Amino acid sequence: MENIIYIEKEKFHDVALEYREKGYDFLRSLTGVDWGEEGLGVVYHLENIATKENVVLKTLTLNREDPHLLSVADIWKGAEFNEREVYDYFGIQFIGHPDMRRLFLREDWVGFPLRKDYDMSLNPLRMTNEETSNATQYIEVLPDGSVIKHRDLLFDNDEYVINIGPQHPATHGVLRFRVSLEGETIKKLDAHCGYIHRGIEKMCESLTYPQTLALTDRLDYLGAHQNRHALCMCIEKAMGIEVSERVQYIRTIMDELQRIDSHLLFYSCACMDLGALTAFFYGFRDREKILDIFEGTTGGRLIQNYNTIGGVQADIAPDFVPKVKEFIKYLRPTLKEYHDVFTGNIIMQGRTKGVGILSREDAISFGATGGTGRASGWACDVRKRHPYAAYDKVQFEEIVYTEGDCFARYMVRMKEIEQSLNIIEQLIDNIPEGEIQAKLKPIIKVPEGTYYAAVEGSRGEFGVFLESRGDKYPYRLKFRSTGLPLVSAMNTLCRDAKIADLIAIGASVDYVVPDIDR
Amino acid sequence: MEVKNREYLEEMVRELRKEGTNVIIGSLDEMINWGRGNSIWPLTFATSCCGIEYMSIGAARYDFARFGFEVTRASPRQADMIMVAGTITHKMAPVLRRLYDQMADPKYVIAVGGCAICGGPFKKSYHVVNGIEQILPVDVFIPGCPPRPEALLYGMIQLQKKVKAQKFFGDVNRKEDKKE
Repeated sequence: MENIIYIEKEKFHDVALEYREKGYDFLRSLTGVDWGEEGLGVVYHLENIATKENVVLKTLTLNREDPHLLSVADIWKGAEFNEREVYDYFGIQFIGHPDMRRLFLREDWVGFPLRKDYDMSLNPLRMTNEETSNATQYIEVLPDGSVIKHRDLLFDNDEYVINIGPQHPATHGVLRFRVSLEGETIKKLDAHCGYIHRGIEKMCESLTYPQTLALTDRLDYLGAHQNRHALCMCIEKAMGIEVSERVQYIRTIMDELQRIDSHLLFYSCACMDLGALTAFFYGFRDREKILDIFEGTTGGRLIQNYNTIGGVQADIAPDFVPKVKEFIKYLRPTLKEYHDVFTGNIIMQGRTKGVGILSREDAISFGATGGTGRASGWACDVRKRHPYAAYDKVQFEEIVYTEGDCFARYMVRMKEIEQSLNIIEQLIDNIPEGEIQAKLKPIIKVPEGTYYAAVEGSRGEFGVFLESRGDKYPYRLKFRSTGLPLVSAMNTLCRDAKIADLIAIGASVDYVVPDIDR
Repeated sequence: MEVKNREYLEEMVRELRKEGTNVIIGSLDEMINWGRGNSIWPLTFATSCCGIEYMSIGAARYDFARFGFEVTRASPRQADMIMVAGTITHKMAPVLRRLYDQMADPKYVIAVGGCAICGGPFKKSYHVVNGIEQILPVDVFIPGCPPRPEALLYGMIQLQKKVKAQKFFGDVNRKEDKKE
């Protein structure tokens, strides 16, 4: 159970600024919550980078008709997209936010879906094409307390704006960018999300805890195992369930296999985007070997549904250990081949070195964790910051580059494959005996309170925020997306880059769109 | 699992042509459909999880080039077939319809996975279309969450059979009433 500090909404901006000055640079998560009678509000999770201390703040407003809160987008850049998400879900308007628009839903959407009193019949399927509006709004509060809305334009009328996506092979899914160009140089980029917004968080509020697990696998399907691990960990933490050593080891090995799987797919797709089709086939050939291992134990290739609350679904297959060892032996020399085929290539180096630089300050401010953050010199690995499962028992190196360009982001992921192999190697021979499933009551109820748990997903910190009122169902379940901060950083990354570099940058930050939109 | 009634499309064609077909048109039909059926160009379209399995069948192990699907097109104007791999949301639905409208006739649709068939695990969501059949005519459904690559290939081969059973020149069967 977390200790939440309540701050009045008028003072919130000043208090937040104080915390930032004290060293709380990293906004881990920003969650909107509808507390019904008690008001609408936001919960902020902050972390001090130097001391690894965490603090949770909350603020709320009682006005349901026209709710306003102070924006912190000028303090943490990552808050910009998150506040737009909260506006989209709950209708809370943030004063001082530069771009107060909906993030996921259509402009003509009626109502706010995550409010408890939302009526689903208000929004039937609309088959009319969505008009892309160029207008945005900026809300200001005057000294006498009255609120005024300014209308603003995203792009000036004489700017040359082109549209990329949602149907574009290099956006890795249904993401859409509007890009303002001057010649070939990108001046501004506006990301449109929501083309695969599935409303998972709202659905979870009417599902029992074991049922919610199935949806996490489908968020970021290249981190299916890690996502489910995070939710299971959060529920276990809340209920005080101890999972056995054996389960911890199995989960860790599976997480690392999943990470290798994801990074191999990253390699394949990044190469394909940069024009190297052979490398795509190489990556997929080796990825199939991991999927075989997964399938032998879990029965699923892509989506495994393996973790459960208090354990795992089934014990590891008899041939799991030898197969994994064989795979480790196979992949090490193959990685060298990858580097020979692609990394040393002069065209690849020319297109990625010095392109799309993200500074360390920006990476922290956006909350761009994972390979992207580590390529910018920010040691943000959750496995090191807050060890979980069996990560405190293994030796591994956290790969950190300082260049912050596309090449560094690429190299971080390639080196992480080696580290993942090291981790698996240390664990695979020592899986202890024990229960694979803790004894639980048939109906799982989580005690009242709020909880947060995070794992290192394939592409950054994947967090779960859970607020329970003691029922069979969660009151509010929020997933800290690994991809949303990466997309919010795209405008900074692409500014003054060439339009062709957008493809290289998009490939190197490695987002998965269903994870952004949730 | 054994797939039952594997040959039903061929049986249907045999039944329809029992009374014989036009010598010239019939043979031309057969030839053109052989060509069309074996070179279906899919649109590169994927929204979520099923898209990754779709990529898998493009890679070496499953290799859809064996059946003539390897020319994936990024533009709908050059594609014959759209594989709707993944969830379709309310915001995406008009876009998908527009993609379909931009494709040149004859065109085919395969619905891949639970989400595209009926909404799948997200059926009760406020933002998910419960089955793409509400917005597009679907030729083949491939169930699964996500379907295995073998299932995807089986579904695509079923589509080939369907293409081969079509009458390219639009002739009606002799036994049928021509007014219909």
